[in-house]
Amino acid sequence: MNFLLEIGTEEIPHWMIPGALKQLASMNLFGATPQVDATPRRLVVRASGLPERTPDEEQIIKGPPISAGDKAAGGFAKKQGVELSAMNKVGDYYELRKLVPGRAVRDILGETLAPTILGIQWPKTMYWVGGKTGPRFIRPIRWIVALLGDDMIPFELAGVKSGSVTRGHRKLGASSIPVTFATYESELRKNFVILSADERRQKLVAEISALGAKPDADLVETLTFITEYPTAIRGDFDSAYLELPAEVLTTVMRHHQKYFSVESAAGKLAPHFVAVMNTSGDPEGLVKRGNERVLKARFNDARFFWDVDQQKNLADRVEDLAKVTFQAKLGSYLEKTNRVVALVEELGGNAHAQRAALLAKCDLTTEMVKEFTDLQGVVGGLYARHQGEHEAVAKAIYDHYLPLSMEGEIPSTHEGRILALADKLDTLRGCFAVGLVPTGSKDPFALRRAAQGVVKILVESKLDYKLDDLAKGELREFLLDRIKYYFREIRGFKYDEVNAVMASGCGTLADVEARLTALAGVRPTQDFEPLAASFKRIQNILKQAAFDPTVVLDPQLLEAGAERDLYTDFVRVRDMAKKETYPNALEHIASLRPRVDTFFDKVLVNAKDDNVRINRLTLLQNLLTEFSTIADFSEIVTSGEKS
Amino acid sequence: MDSFQQTLFKLKRYWDERGAIIQEPYDVEVGAGTMCPETFLRVLGPKPYRVAYVQPSRRPADGRYGENPNRLYKHQQLQVILKPSPDDILDQYLGSLEAIGIDLSKHDIKFEEDNWESPTLGAWGIGWQVMLDGLEITQFTYFQQCGGIDLDLVPAEITYGLERLVAFLQGVESVYDIEWTKGVKYADVRLADELQFSVYNFEMANVERLWKLLGEYEAECKELLAKYQDYPEKQRFPVLATYDQVLKCSHLFNLLDARGAISVTERVGVIKRVRDLAVGTAKMWADQQA
Repeated sequence: MNFLLEIGTEEIPHWMIPGALKQLASMNLFGATPQVDATPRRLVVRASGLPERTPDEEQIIKGPPISAGDKAAGGFAKKQGVELSAMNKVGDYYELRKLVPGRAVRDILGETLAPTILGIQWPKTMYWVGGKTGPRFIRPIRWIVALLGDDMIPFELAGVKSGSVTRGHRKLGASSIPVTFATYESELRKNFVILSADERRQKLVAEISALGAKPDADLVETLTFITEYPTAIRGDFDSAYLELPAEVLTTVMRHHQKYFSVESAAGKLAPHFVAVMNTSGDPEGLVKRGNERVLKARFNDARFFWDVDQQKNLADRVEDLAKVTFQAKLGSYLEKTNRVVALVEELGGNAHAQRAALLAKCDLTTEMVKEFTDLQGVVGGLYARHQGEHEAVAKAIYDHYLPLSMEGEIPSTHEGRILALADKLDTLRGCFAVGLVPTGSKDPFALRRAAQGVVKILVESKLDYKLDDLAKGELREFLLDRIKYYFREIRGFKYDEVNAVMASGCGTLADVEARLTALAGVRPTQDFEPLAASFKRIQNILKQAAFDPTVVLDPQLLEAGAERDLYTDFVRVRDMAKKETYPNALEHIASLRPRVDTFFDKVLVNAKDDNVRINRLTLLQNLLTEFSTIADFSEIVTSGEKS
Repeated sequence: MDSFQQTLFKLKRYWDERGAIIQEPYDVEVGAGTMCPETFLRVLGPKPYRVAYVQPSRRPADGRYGENPNRLYKHQQLQVILKPSPDDILDQYLGSLEAIGIDLSKHDIKFEEDNWESPTLGAWGIGWQVMLDGLEITQFTYFQQCGGIDLDLVPAEITYGLERLVAFLQGVESVYDIEWTKGVKYADVRLADELQFSVYNFEMANVERLWKLLGEYEAECKELLAKYQDYPEKQRFPVLATYDQVLKCSHLFNLLDARGAISVTERVGVIKRVRDLAVGTAKMWADQQA
């Protein structure tokens, strides 16, 4: 049988819809596969091939032991509502095989649909009937369509009775439309509701591209789930506004108005925009004109902010930062600025970097940033350039919040990188010093992002700072975690390779990267994994012997053959590796494999003579120590082991 | 084309026809129609209530000396409270737009998520900003909590931004060009107000005295709050007068803020002082109603 459920609601926030659909897609429909769809006003589940009834089932109920006698068995039978003769003896026990008849699926759904609907998890819910103890959902539920085959599935939820009547688009459609499973989607379409998000998305993308909109995948998603019938229109604005920075214009269009911007062939902003309506058209141009008026007012505001802000240069705003709190326990942005300036200097930042550090936070006092908070940094950079600061200073300020994500760009200039690094480090050091450490999913100061930014900048700009010089204690551990995360998740190195390299210490991140690359390069070679296995064996032997590595190796005590051969090659490779690049060094080390194998084949480490035994352990210890500077091979999970 | 006041008449008529009490503006300074006792107190408790009123709302920090075409120190809201919210509330709301001459089949209406929260009132709700051709014309909220009290009957609050709405209807780009009534512009009625209060709020209000006044109103409020418990005839107790003290404190806070006299660190503390008064008064009102 066919199944249709439509939960009709008031407008659901667009960003929550996909998550809700994912949950509905795992709904139990007696073996049928749910197909889910949604618009802002409806969550829909459809499926075909549901059974009319669930099958009858035989239930086996274990009774009392036969040894307990007929009286006990009789009591049990009575409780189960059967004669004693209906019971079987199986082994030492009575057993009852009871037939549980199947039920009409419609009846079951009538009981389960309401709790299933209310069971959808939302980021935030509300109640609207019955006070605080009433049902909670994302927005009020106003109608429900629930059909199985030709029948309605009757139930009630939040005072709404299920039925077979849906509603169309708020203004273009009918408000009462009887539907069946077969007519549902086409009836909606007739009433200006495109049920499928894919279809809405395709319509939207086709129309905005035809109008020359600059692609913006996030905005497309938002608009797909904010409309039931998306239609794009193009509007214009006075090209005089193009004097304002493109960053400001784009932010106004995108974030405040959900418009796509339009670019000329040369990639410059053109005086047009593309808006997406939730209706079928704009034949009289009313919507176009309305949107143009709104945008003009917004742009006027931006121009007003720009003009007002120019009355006081960034350089004259530094003292004003005393009034802007950075964090209650860490004082004002002026204090932060002073710390960052000092840190930039300590990190060897030049005069431009130091100047940029001084001015970096001043845009927080501007009207433009108060209005468009997303543009912090960017506005500072634009103002600095406008006010005649050196380009290196302006660019560093502009970029200093970068990278915005693990995939995002790092600042493009050296000054910008030093400043971005110092700014983030200061935040991390400060917060860790006063105990504001992220726990679990709680990270109100976005310290993980700051730390990831630090790691990304250090690696990708190959800056020459050692982790130990930048962070101590808990913060160092926190950064180590982010470093591992970065190389694993972003760079795609295997986790055991990352562990192996990090176990050999963490100097500069550029060095970590070089060692990792070398290790990943040598890993597929034939000798490497067996050698790694041998290293693990060496480590175990030393551990079991509780070996105290203070003794110096005595070459005189080495036995001719496998032991002396290993030693000779060890010395050779050691001396060679020291002069080599990491990949070559690792190759040399890997070439020791046959020697190590032969050693373990032929030589008994636990020699009877204590001196010989200690000397052998020392040899192994030296191998381990000398060849673990690039990576600790014992961390490598070899193919023989379960990872 | 309807004048500003004609549009107002139509909206009031519309909600009158739907059973709302049409109230006049409250006579103590408020930052939003929500703060009037007709909303803040009436949404509490189990009694149904429907009311609509225009509320001039003062936001000292938003003043622009009458120079910005869209920003006002004092703007006018039409505030509608329907408690409990009827099932077809959004259709009723859209009907009100049709009633003032907006043919919605020719325009683009979107309901975009916008939840409302007022830390000074201990209040929050779930809702939308209503966008008409890209212009935010209304804030729609289902109140969930007010004065720290969970609401029994969830009310719908509809707040129309009248200047924006009428500027849209009249097709003017500056609120000052709105025709208030035939031959009279918005600027004729309100421009001096905007200029002079901007000067006062930003330049001349005596900060030291404002702090003192805030302390005085707070003291008055606290004294009243403390007396309720032992007051024998609860129905006579001036809960409403107590609430006026809260409103005075809130407005003084806004003035101090506009003067730049409240540092970010202090801010949280002062907001809490006002919230404690609001929450105390809400509790008292709920108790008096019970």
